[in-house]
Amino acid sequence: MSDATESGPTEASSDVRGAAADAGTAEARTGAAAVDDPILRVEGLHKSFGGITAVDGASFAIDRGVLTGLIGPNGAGKSTTFNLITGFHQPDDGSVYLDGDDITGHRPHEIANRGLVRTFQIARELSEMSVLENMMLAPQRQAGEALWRSVTPGVRGDVRADEAELLDRVWEMLESFDIDHLAEEHAGNLSGGQRKLLELARALMTDPDILLLDEPFAGVNPSLEDRLLDHVHDLRAQGYTFLLVEHDIDLIMNNCERVIVLHQGKILADGTPADIRADERVIDAYLGGDV
Amino acid sequence: MGIADSASRGRELLRDQPIVLVATVVVAALVLDLVRRVLAGDVTTSNVVVLVWRGVVNGLVIGLAGIGLSMTYSILNFANFAHGDYITSGAFAGWATTWVIAGLGAADLGSLLLVGAGGNVFSSDLGTSIVTTPGAILAGLLISGVGAVVLALVIDRLVYRPLRGEDGITLLIASIGVAFALRYLLVFVFTTGVRSVAVTPPSFRFSILGVGMGFGYHEVTLLVCALALMAAVHLLLQRTKLGKAMRAMSDNEDLARITGIPTERVIRWTWILGAGLAGVAGYLLILESGTIAYNRGWILLLFIFAAVIMGGIGSVYGAILGGLIIGLTDTLSQVWLPSEFTQAAAFALMILILLYRPEGLFAGRTTA
Amino acid sequence: MSGASGSDASAGTTIREALDNDAVLVLGLLLAIYVGFYLLGATLGFQSNGIANSLRRVTFLTAVYAMVVLALNLQWGYTGLFNIGVAGFMAVGVYTMAMATAAPDARVPGLGLPLWVGVVLGMLAAALVGLIAALPALRLRADYLAITTIAFSEIIRFTYLSSTFQSFTVAGTQLGTGGGSGIGIAHTPDDVVIALLIENPIGAVLYAPIENLLTGWGIVPNVVRGWVYAVALLVGVLAFYWLLSRIAHSPFGRVLKAIREDEDVAQALGKDTRAFKIKAFMVGCALMGLVGILWQGSLGFVNPNSFLPQVTFFIWIALIIGGAGSNTGSVLGGALFAGLLFEGPRYVANVVDQSFQLGSAPSTIAGGVGPLFAGDPIPLVAYTLANIAPLRLVLVGVVLIVLMHRRPEGLLGHRKETAASIDLGRPTRDGSASAGADSIPVGDRDTGGEGR
Repeated sequence: MSDATESGPTEASSDVRGAAADAGTAEARTGAAAVDDPILRVEGLHKSFGGITAVDGASFAIDRGVLTGLIGPNGAGKSTTFNLITGFHQPDDGSVYLDGDDITGHRPHEIANRGLVRTFQIARELSEMSVLENMMLAPQRQAGEALWRSVTPGVRGDVRADEAELLDRVWEMLESFDIDHLAEEHAGNLSGGQRKLLELARALMTDPDILLLDEPFAGVNPSLEDRLLDHVHDLRAQGYTFLLVEHDIDLIMNNCERVIVLHQGKILADGTPADIRADERVIDAYLGGDV
Repeated sequence: MGIADSASRGRELLRDQPIVLVATVVVAALVLDLVRRVLAGDVTTSNVVVLVWRGVVNGLVIGLAGIGLSMTYSILNFANFAHGDYITSGAFAGWATTWVIAGLGAADLGSLLLVGAGGNVFSSDLGTSIVTTPGAILAGLLISGVGAVVLALVIDRLVYRPLRGEDGITLLIASIGVAFALRYLLVFVFTTGVRSVAVTPPSFRFSILGVGMGFGYHEVTLLVCALALMAAVHLLLQRTKLGKAMRAMSDNEDLARITGIPTERVIRWTWILGAGLAGVAGYLLILESGTIAYNRGWILLLFIFAAVIMGGIGSVYGAILGGLIIGLTDTLSQVWLPSEFTQAAAFALMILILLYRPEGLFAGRTTA
Repeated sequence: MSGASGSDASAGTTIREALDNDAVLVLGLLLAIYVGFYLLGATLGFQSNGIANSLRRVTFLTAVYAMVVLALNLQWGYTGLFNIGVAGFMAVGVYTMAMATAAPDARVPGLGLPLWVGVVLGMLAAALVGLIAALPALRLRADYLAITTIAFSEIIRFTYLSSTFQSFTVAGTQLGTGGGSGIGIAHTPDDVVIALLIENPIGAVLYAPIENLLTGWGIVPNVVRGWVYAVALLVGVLAFYWLLSRIAHSPFGRVLKAIREDEDVAQALGKDTRAFKIKAFMVGCALMGLVGILWQGSLGFVNPNSFLPQVTFFIWIALIIGGAGSNTGSVLGGALFAGLLFEGPRYVANVVDQSFQLGSAPSTIAGGVGPLFAGDPIPLVAYTLANIAPLRLVLVGVVLIVLMHRRPEGLLGHRKETAASIDLGRPTRDGSASAGADSIPVGDRDTGGEGR
């Protein structure tokens, strides 16, 4: 895996992941098992809709700089768990801790502001906006997002300067994902695979600590899948943490260092791919599927 | 479903939806206060009877018209802002018929067809009322429904069918266009003047337990017709295949398509039923009030929306009950508020429902 | 509107680019309308004062519609908030101004404050009422929000209509809304603006020859003064456009667009969408209040009938014609609506009626249809001309339907008005100059990123 390389001007760009410190510990943690300082911890999450229990006491912890996969049969509660963690649903019971802070039931934007960023299952590119606008939207706490700053004559100049810096980073990111030739297209004109790339690139612009990717490879052709995977591995090496939800079990098994299996809203198994492969219950849950 | 089930469901409802609890408490408090005022003599019993009666009468019209709006909202997926003008159009069609029949020979055809526009013929000349000209009234009632149906089908063919499947906002905006076109065509033809179309026969008065009451013939006619129509709609929805199809479509259109229910047919019948009821409601509204004007339906529209939302979009019974609630709110709130604010009270109630229980009071029940 | 590449976009680019294309568009349209009106009137012998007054009305209506549609565009076109209570917010603006500026001894007494204070108070009040409406309602889906805002607007109208508030006392001061009889306006905006422009030394000098010229053509002085106000309002349109362009072409505007598209995504990217929606809504309402003052306020007298839901629907129609989401479209829509749909038919009817001397029109359509069957179409035509007002509105309805069928995005709705304060073209790097954004830059890929 390549080291965290730089392209373009050096500054607090999201290419350089806060460090050496992370890179060191990331290599130390190659397995699963509870760790002293998980970046994300979920305890006893419960959620019911009407009479149906979607998530039933789920608990797990995600370690920094690790690629974790979340799998489970249809209806296991993966998407709901995602929504509970990211604030799109309120849990009936249980807690979510990000970096030690309790974020249970916080609103989605607050959670995103704290560094936990998610993508969506069906790529939700903002189709009437250009790829560039999509990307420029993403970075957090932009000064120009305050109404008065954008309007007041003198101050607007500062906003423009910020935007110019931001623009540089945006173009770099687009280039690194090889979609810079699409920059001025309406995002709605992109192909499915290109949208997935945009979704990931956009999420990275927010400078996240941990990325929750909801089926990022769904409906993606094999060569594009490889490209996306390469990106993900690169980023992990730079220190990003990933939690992936996927249906493609092979993909998870071959790429993730740790796998969590959900079944009927409960955690069925939690360990390395090897552990999961050997686990009878998982095989049963998938009804004889090839795990 | 046994009593125990109902009780536990009721408890669940109160726990999950605190707003229902709040609403129940508020209504109970208001009822108690009303009783207190009656006992104290601030409000006479016959006043209350009048208010309740008026509320019911108004509410029935709103409910009847609301059935159509509710069905088009759920089956066609848009808020039809022209519904009020279907009501008015039906009313004009019906009353033109009534006048022509009642006045044939006595006045010129033009004035009769225009329901007295131009001020040459007056309702007192014709003596139109259920007592003196029942045939003309019944004919008008029939034509009001038929006329509205024809209009709605033509409009659907021209305006809404090309937009089938578009999103609700596009259709809503188109319906605003229809509303304008229809209403101002009515103005162009019938002019803006408000005029009396019927003569009110003296009401029959009596007293029960010392409480004096009076009921107008036209009010009673409205009551009877409305109830009969609602019963007919109930039978249609419960006993016929078409009714089942409409209920299914209103709950889930994709499901209906998959199971092979012909949706264009259902849509046509939705308009037939909805517009027919709207037209008749318009006729009855004018019969009871005695006067007609080009904007009577439009004025009522927001109340009808309130009733439909309160009852739950797609629910026929909800529309009826919602109508009664809105009608009663409009009249009974006079006990506590100056009369100029009663409409505002009904609207405020609707806003509250939209904010805290947008699925309506009867959500979760199957459509009909 | 992709302009030159590179980040040499200076502060005035937004306006300058606009002036390159859009001003031509708008002014061209206005000019076309003026010429059309003039030609029709002149050829049919309509007197010049009549033509001038009609054109003044067109200009006035174009300006006020353009301004209020721009404000509504911020709420709907940019943020996706379906507000059909516009009339209510305009009412709050002008009523508050009226109550603040009315003399304490007028028929409907007020606080007797100067006009500019009244204007500020009016805008604040409209923004506040907008906040009250917004707080609970902004999370509603579009059609529910529509119903809520129109209900709200009606409640506002009932309040101003009521006899309860016709006259009341607050902290010892007598105030009132005038109820159904309405309230007079102490200092009307048009008087104030006109006085400001032509009663100062320079203005008077410039105005005198213009007035002489126009009165020489048979135009009444009042109409000339009215033109001064109408032109001043056009400048107001420019000001509104400038403000709303700034808002749109900024990170703030970007978030608004995202909210309209997909609020969940905006939230997932860390934007507090509720705060953005509330701000956009309040600013829009404040501007609507201001337009209410400039529009109804200039008529000298205001009553609740001026704020029926109909007014809101006209404004919406103008917005839809021009295209939601486009600021220039808003102005165009205003001009088209005012000129062709609103004032146009009435003008045509007047002119035709005057020049063809059709005699008195029958009082009902029956009086026109009867003779038609006997072969005489004149009475029907006369009736139609006399009753052009409702037909105008039928036309409006039909236009709306046709638009939804053929061009739901409006005339300019497909435009990409990029939500950024700078040009987003590929920045030039040291050494390698890149042209447009569609070419892959040469020599930029030496380091990092994606070396595969």
